[in-house]
Amino acid sequence: MLALYLRDLRMGIRSGGGALTGVLFFLAVIVTIPFGVGPDLNLLARIGPAILWIGALLASLLGLDRLFQADREDGSLDLLVLNADRHMLALTVFVKCLAHWTASVLPLVIAAPLLGLFMNMSPLGIGAAALTLLVGTPAIVFIGAAGAAVTVALPRGGLLISVLVLPLVIPVLIFGVTAAYGAVNDPDPFTPPFMILCALTMFLAVIGPLAAAVALRSGTD
Amino acid sequence: MTQTTSQAWRFSDLANPSRFIALVDKIVPWLAGASALVLATGLYLGFAAPEDFQQGITVRIMYIHVPFAWLAMMCYSVMAIAALGTLVWRHPLADVALKSAAPVGAVFTALALLTGSIWGKPMWGTWWVWDARLTSVFVLFLMYLGIIALTRALDDPARSARAAAVITLVGFVNIPIIKFSVEWWNTLHQPASVFRLDGPTIDPSMLWPLMTMALGFTLMFFTLHLMAMRTEIWRRRVIAMRQIAARRAERQQA
Repeated sequence: MLALYLRDLRMGIRSGGGALTGVLFFLAVIVTIPFGVGPDLNLLARIGPAILWIGALLASLLGLDRLFQADREDGSLDLLVLNADRHMLALTVFVKCLAHWTASVLPLVIAAPLLGLFMNMSPLGIGAAALTLLVGTPAIVFIGAAGAAVTVALPRGGLLISVLVLPLVIPVLIFGVTAAYGAVNDPDPFTPPFMILCALTMFLAVIGPLAAAVALRSGTD
Repeated sequence: MTQTTSQAWRFSDLANPSRFIALVDKIVPWLAGASALVLATGLYLGFAAPEDFQQGITVRIMYIHVPFAWLAMMCYSVMAIAALGTLVWRHPLADVALKSAAPVGAVFTALALLTGSIWGKPMWGTWWVWDARLTSVFVLFLMYLGIIALTRALDDPARSARAAAVITLVGFVNIPIIKFSVEWWNTLHQPASVFRLDGPTIDPSMLWPLMTMALGFTLMFFTLHLMAMRTEIWRRRVIAMRQIAARRAERQQA
């Protein structure tokens, strides 16, 4: 399992600058927003956490179609599925998700504080947004794994993954943004939505890989 | 014990598409007639029912809006059961049921949203608000569209069946979470007034037409669903026969 993790991590970082492209996309989305809503710094500070979250959500959806597709093209996905008697397939998927998250979503979380400065957010707000992103983005990858596994055989599955997964990640987005606002705006609480966000991540860490394993097993032949 | 065996026999009997089609041919006219009858009665009762003292005549739209919303949820439950049928029991008709229920459910959801916004314009003064219930029904609509897109994207029916079943079940598990989170987010819509622990708060003079309409639309849903399943089975047969014919023609040429 550790070997699989390291292998996926290496491939994610080295193959065509996948991580860098995600961060660039994130940057581009964030920089486009002020052109759309105007350069008013107060307004930007108010919508900052929401923009960071939406940008990170879109950027992490973008890379999801590569989660299984590269393995399917070189045949190693079949080996992983055949190996299911030795290692539970859901566990394999879980490890692959973790590697994918480390390689291409963690850079987004690290870049988020810098982009928060563009949005004129306070230091506390930036810290809260980064923390909620750190806890919430794994949930996006886990649920996205189910979408990626379902569409793995399709030549143009990327768009379909986003369509299938976006309705399912709405709770993650809601609680992430609520917690990020709760840290800054005084009457709103921070802890309850943050705890629910943690619970969602853990819940989806079970559901997502299980569903992806079922889909992969029936998808390969 | 005897009941379960007879049930199993009947289920395996239904698994044969020809017998299923024969059964559907027999049932559908009766079901369609019954739904037309119940809907006509419901419409009559709805127009005979008293007007609301606050909302006036616009309250009559409730008699179609509320059943549409109920059926939107029921159809997703039917699809989730069909998904279980595909994954657990490998029932050959379960994926036909799933695939043909999705468009029907999407239409009912769209109608619920549409009638709701027509009702909302005179009552709330706006076509659309980002209220918890409206938003969660809209998310449900998006999920329907996603499933429809997925079932149409894969050519091989066996493979698309599994994929759609997995996504349907994942969505079904997520629906309560989405509902809860959206309610946390914002709420304006009136709370449920029919299915409550302390009995319905709605007056019987309005409850009866509502229930009749709900029953009528449920019958209509099953009529449409069975007809769509029959069409889907025929479509698959046509595709299979075309392939056989093409293969035969190729062999004759060689």
